Amino acid sequence: MIRDALLLQLGYNATLVTIGATFLGVAAGVTGTFLFLRKRALVSDAISHATLPGVGLAFMLMVALGGDGRSLPGLLLGSAISAGIGLLCVSWLTRRTRLAEDAAIGAVLSVFFGFGIVLLTIIQTMSAGRAAGLEGFLLGSTAGMLRNDALVIAVGGALTLALVVLLRRPMGLVAFDAEFAAASGVNVQRIDLAIMGLAMAVTVVGLKIVGLILIVAMLIIPPVTARFWTDRTDHMALISGLCGGLSAWVGAALSATAPALPTGPVIVLASFALFAVSLFFAPNRGVMAAVLRQLRFQRRVHMRQGLLALAQSQPIYERFTLKLLRRAGLAHADGVATTAGRARAAKALRDEKRWELVRADQAFESAAALYDGLREIETVLTQDQIAEIDQRIGGPKGALV
Amino acid sequence: MIGEEFVALSLTPLLIGVFSAIACALPGNFLVLRKQALIGDAISHVVLPGIVVAFLLTGVVAAWPMMIGAAAASVVAVVLIEAVRRLGRIEPGAAMGLVFTTMFAAGVLVLEQTDTSSVHLDVEHALYGNLESLIWLDAMGWHSLFDPAALSGLPSELPRIAITLICVSLFTWVFWRPLKLSTFDEGFAQTMGLPTGLIGLALVIVAAVAAVAAFDAVGSIIVIAMFICPPAAARLMTNQLERQIAWSVLFAIVSAVLGYVLAGYGPLWLGSQNAVSAAGMIATVSGVILALTAIFGPCRTRLGAPST
Repeated sequence: MIRDALLLQLGYNATLVTIGATFLGVAAGVTGTFLFLRKRALVSDAISHATLPGVGLAFMLMVALGGDGRSLPGLLLGSAISAGIGLLCVSWLTRRTRLAEDAAIGAVLSVFFGFGIVLLTIIQTMSAGRAAGLEGFLLGSTAGMLRNDALVIAVGGALTLALVVLLRRPMGLVAFDAEFAAASGVNVQRIDLAIMGLAMAVTVVGLKIVGLILIVAMLIIPPVTARFWTDRTDHMALISGLCGGLSAWVGAALSATAPALPTGPVIVLASFALFAVSLFFAPNRGVMAAVLRQLRFQRRVHMRQGLLALAQSQPIYERFTLKLLRRAGLAHADGVATTAGRARAAKALRDEKRWELVRADQAFESAAALYDGLREIETVLTQDQIAEIDQRIGGPKGALV
Repeated sequence: MIGEEFVALSLTPLLIGVFSAIACALPGNFLVLRKQALIGDAISHVVLPGIVVAFLLTGVVAAWPMMIGAAAASVVAVVLIEAVRRLGRIEPGAAMGLVFTTMFAAGVLVLEQTDTSSVHLDVEHALYGNLESLIWLDAMGWHSLFDPAALSGLPSELPRIAITLICVSLFTWVFWRPLKLSTFDEGFAQTMGLPTGLIGLALVIVAAVAAVAAFDAVGSIIVIAMFICPPAAARLMTNQLERQIAWSVLFAIVSAVLGYVLAGYGPLWLGSQNAVSAAGMIATVSGVILALTAIFGPCRTRLGAPST
């Protein structure tokens, strides 16, 4: 059943929803990347909640004009207009008053959403029968999606994606260094507006599938996931788009297998699963990698301290140090060095002395800056330089017993 | 309007609305000043999974288990946000958005999976609340206020939100100086020996308690709106924290009363038969107040900002 769903074998409607959702997921992931890098991920929350009054007003207007009221393009147009007004309110409040952006976002989202609810209750009473379905925009509803609706969503997603690809250079520039971008002649305000506009387009297109409360997740979670895997903007946008598309596809397909699996929440949870995997297992930035790094560091410190202790024939009390030395065949169980251990210990002590000279000498300033107590001196200086330092140290002093 | 009918039908919802608005606006002042306004937004979203899990565990729609569940969910959310932020080195806004949408999605999914058709528990209810339905059937008029038999028929939300309001006010009053200090100058507060981390956490928990209690009665829209709009509007009126709090309480009361009256009677004046959502209307009124202060407020611009 699940395999059938993933391979789009569950009938016409499920296939439509899955394809539409995948397009949307890719577009949301790529757009969200720039929103996230600009550190304005939560603006999407204001945008999405601000769509509600537009949906209500568009419905009322279309009914007043004698139409059906449920035509998707009309409702989406309405939601886009009110989301745009919400966006302008956020930026106006942030720029023209002393309120910080978070307060502006919160104020706009709650007020627009509240007003939207008022409109919904009016609609419920004015034409009880025909209004059914508008609540679907809160949490998304894919049941009874028509071919035209899916087409609108797929085309909207594809257009958004194309625009992002076109604008990716200036958007990346603004996201990383707005002042440099402004100095290079990029109109920062306009690019910011474009990022927000694209996020708005994704939100509006996604209303029908995942609903306005959860569309935020599709804009935030994939970029956060992608951030774990790369340090480059274009790679990040690509990975984020892949994550978004994959989770939307899996989520939509899974939700088609059972009636009690609403599409939006399943997509969000699939997306979160990808995030959780990345959080723990990503190379370099993941939690697991950090733990391994920490353990490796700990071993190196213990090893080095152990060798220095051996070189100066001091007793080793730390069990872990002794265990490491024994395992490497450098010391016996009673803490006495083996032959190999004596050689390594002598080298460790000599390296310590070499570092001491390097750090005291102005000529080696750049090399000395790399000193952290653990770094092998061979990785910093050339053979010739080491030979020069060794000359200064001189040969072994004192009698060997 | 001022008669038996008013006491029975409008007095309790009005009081509940006013109490919820003030209970949320008080901690909201500090959240807005600390640039943590969206914590309120996050909390009001994660309340849903908390309530659903509490329902699954107890099997009944009772107030106390649900409030405990919701409070637990908010604490879980705060911890998760902090964990994601630190473990993943992600900026706080994105971490917050990630956690609350995921928890909300989980809540909706579990709700759909369980059979809640027999009880009154659905997402729409969580969002709008049911302020209008909290009527006092036993009231026969103003004298019922002194009649113990009638008083026992009060909707249980009223005493709960009243107690919450008292607790929130006490918290603000008792911890006034530490709160004020750590909000305005965290570094200075630290050097004075104040546990600023603990104060911040306590503030978030108090906000969560207020949110949960208010949510129970009026739904999550009012909660977000009251956390942010009255304090933000008050911020534009004055430069003093004491006055700001007073303004925010005033704005919260005005929003609640005006919103409730407009929702209940506004459509009738316009010739329509049915009332509109009171929760939505209260949020809308608070937004109008914020808009007015943003345009006319005496302290609306940043100090020292260019006067363009």
